[in-house]
Amino acid sequence: MLNWFIKRALLAVLTILVAASLTFFIVRSMPGDPIEALTQQFIYQYRMSYDEAHKLAMSVAPFIPKGTILEQYIDYMSKFLRGNLGVSISYSTGASVAELLASRIPWTVLIVATALVISFGLGIFIGMIMAYKHGGKLDSALALVFSITRSIPEYLVAIFMLSFFAFQLKWFPIRGAYSVEPGFTLEFIADVLRHAALPILTWVIVHLGGWALGMRGSTVSVLGEDYIAYAKARGIASRRIVFTYIGRNAILPLFTSFMISLGFMFGGSIFIEYIFSYPGVGYMLYQAIQNRDWYLMIGTFDVIVIAVVLGTFIADILYGFLDPRIRRGVR
Amino acid sequence: MSRGEHVIISRKEVVKTIIHDWIIVPGKILVRNKKAFAGFLILAFYIFIATIGPYITPYPRPWTCDRYLAPTLFKIPPTIDHPLGCDYFGKDIWAQIVWGAPTVLQIAFIAGLITTLVGITVGMVSGFKGGIVDAILMGITDIVMTIPGLPLLIVLATVIRATDPWVVGLMLSVTAWAGLARSIRSQVLSIKQREFIEAAKALGLPTYHIVFFEIMPNLMSYIAINFIFATTGAIYASVGLYFLGVLPFTSFNWGIMLNMAYAQAGAHHRLDTMHYIAAPILAVIGLQVGLILFSYAIDEMFNPRLRTEV
Repeated sequence: MLNWFIKRALLAVLTILVAASLTFFIVRSMPGDPIEALTQQFIYQYRMSYDEAHKLAMSVAPFIPKGTILEQYIDYMSKFLRGNLGVSISYSTGASVAELLASRIPWTVLIVATALVISFGLGIFIGMIMAYKHGGKLDSALALVFSITRSIPEYLVAIFMLSFFAFQLKWFPIRGAYSVEPGFTLEFIADVLRHAALPILTWVIVHLGGWALGMRGSTVSVLGEDYIAYAKARGIASRRIVFTYIGRNAILPLFTSFMISLGFMFGGSIFIEYIFSYPGVGYMLYQAIQNRDWYLMIGTFDVIVIAVVLGTFIADILYGFLDPRIRRGVR
Repeated sequence: MSRGEHVIISRKEVVKTIIHDWIIVPGKILVRNKKAFAGFLILAFYIFIATIGPYITPYPRPWTCDRYLAPTLFKIPPTIDHPLGCDYFGKDIWAQIVWGAPTVLQIAFIAGLITTLVGITVGMVSGFKGGIVDAILMGITDIVMTIPGLPLLIVLATVIRATDPWVVGLMLSVTAWAGLARSIRSQVLSIKQREFIEAAKALGLPTYHIVFFEIMPNLMSYIAINFIFATTGAIYASVGLYFLGVLPFTSFNWGIMLNMAYAQAGAHHRLDTMHYIAAPILAVIGLQVGLILFSYAIDEMFNPRLRTEV
């Protein structure tokens, strides 16, 4: 068991290092340099002349990495291993990438984690009902609807939500994460929730189908197991069969996917955050790419990769604890 | 006459078997399955638009109709002058949908094909060879699976500046193959244990025969379903990248239309301009729905055990 754990942990670290190195080189092979991108941005933003904008852009020069690409890589990785992600070039110039990320991560966690929990819980519930009514009218209608909603791109749903509920009906704000003075007031919390509602709803609509269909398939296969028939024959209360015999075993495989989805949440919300102008990690990554802000880009990638690897790692360990077959030392 | 008997099969009979196996049987399955038939009709319509459409629809030129002209198809009485109305440049929207269809379909098909081929190859080799080859391939697969696909695609799109559908398709498959490779590998591992593979090995049949004629047929329905999913995934990603504006704008494409309508024109703000942004949205959703509905017949068509029932 300990051996397995060490091997698994080493693999996780190796994955993070390889992925971080890969992203460094891919990002650094992007065409265009930050000064030029920044100049263009200033011209567009402040209506400056080219020379003025260029001079202003040059003021960030001390933050632009120097030396050959290999020297930069070694410098970056040695700092990365000590937890230093470098500084941002364009986006509030000179700010540390770690601080920028720390200010954005809570917003993404708020919308995506909430949406994930809602769609997971609701999906499990609906999927189980579908499995019990397996083959019936309700089941096949829901299966059709879910397999379609699952394949509709979330940016289309988001545009629809934005124009219908925000622009037409004016029920929800059109952009941002809050519009009143931040603070621990009821007003602020209500305002944050109002801004988060449409992004969350969009995410739930698109992802609910996957969880429900997954749970349905999983439950149907458990229903066919001999131990369920045996439990019924022993006269165990049907509620207990439903929850401890069927529910628990059916959720197990989905739980792994849930943990992995938690890890992927920072990378999967770019479209939603872009459309709702929501100040999360995804929107910042999009802006960093537009501005050729190398270290902000690489840093965001690294955080996403670390989250994914951690999510998978925790899922593997928890799976061992939750599944009695593995817990009793089969592994 | 079954193919297993020791008789010389004439060419005519081979043609007959091929027609029977690839046209008549799938056709029967399709007609019987209502959902799949609807999907087939939708896909046929899209393919018709993408191939014949540009020849019979005039090229969308600016200032050929009124700005934001409402769809004439929904007027009373309906006409087909500008069925879906016009955009903020006075370009016909239906014509833009038609002229955008070829690239959308090409990219989706190419990306789906490459994703599936790479996934099958890696999964098959890994599952069949085992040992060190398996360990290395699965190590790579695991790393690819942890790299966030969409952010990577956005960066790659700006690095490569791809305009050719083949290059865009190749780019979209760069991380998409990993999941399929893993599941093909586990399928191969479970099939490898079955008696008929043991028998084939005992008979001394060559590896390529075992892989292509013994293992492949059992995986065909799985592969075909995953090809459809890879295609829907590619539509999602390619239209999304054009929508964000990170892929270079070349010809017409529904993603470019979305970008124009959303970022340039702000067509989603008002009700009287809504038809501009609704057209590409509905075009993409329709295509996805067609593919998903069509996939309902795939299992019956390709699964050797289900086929015999026809």
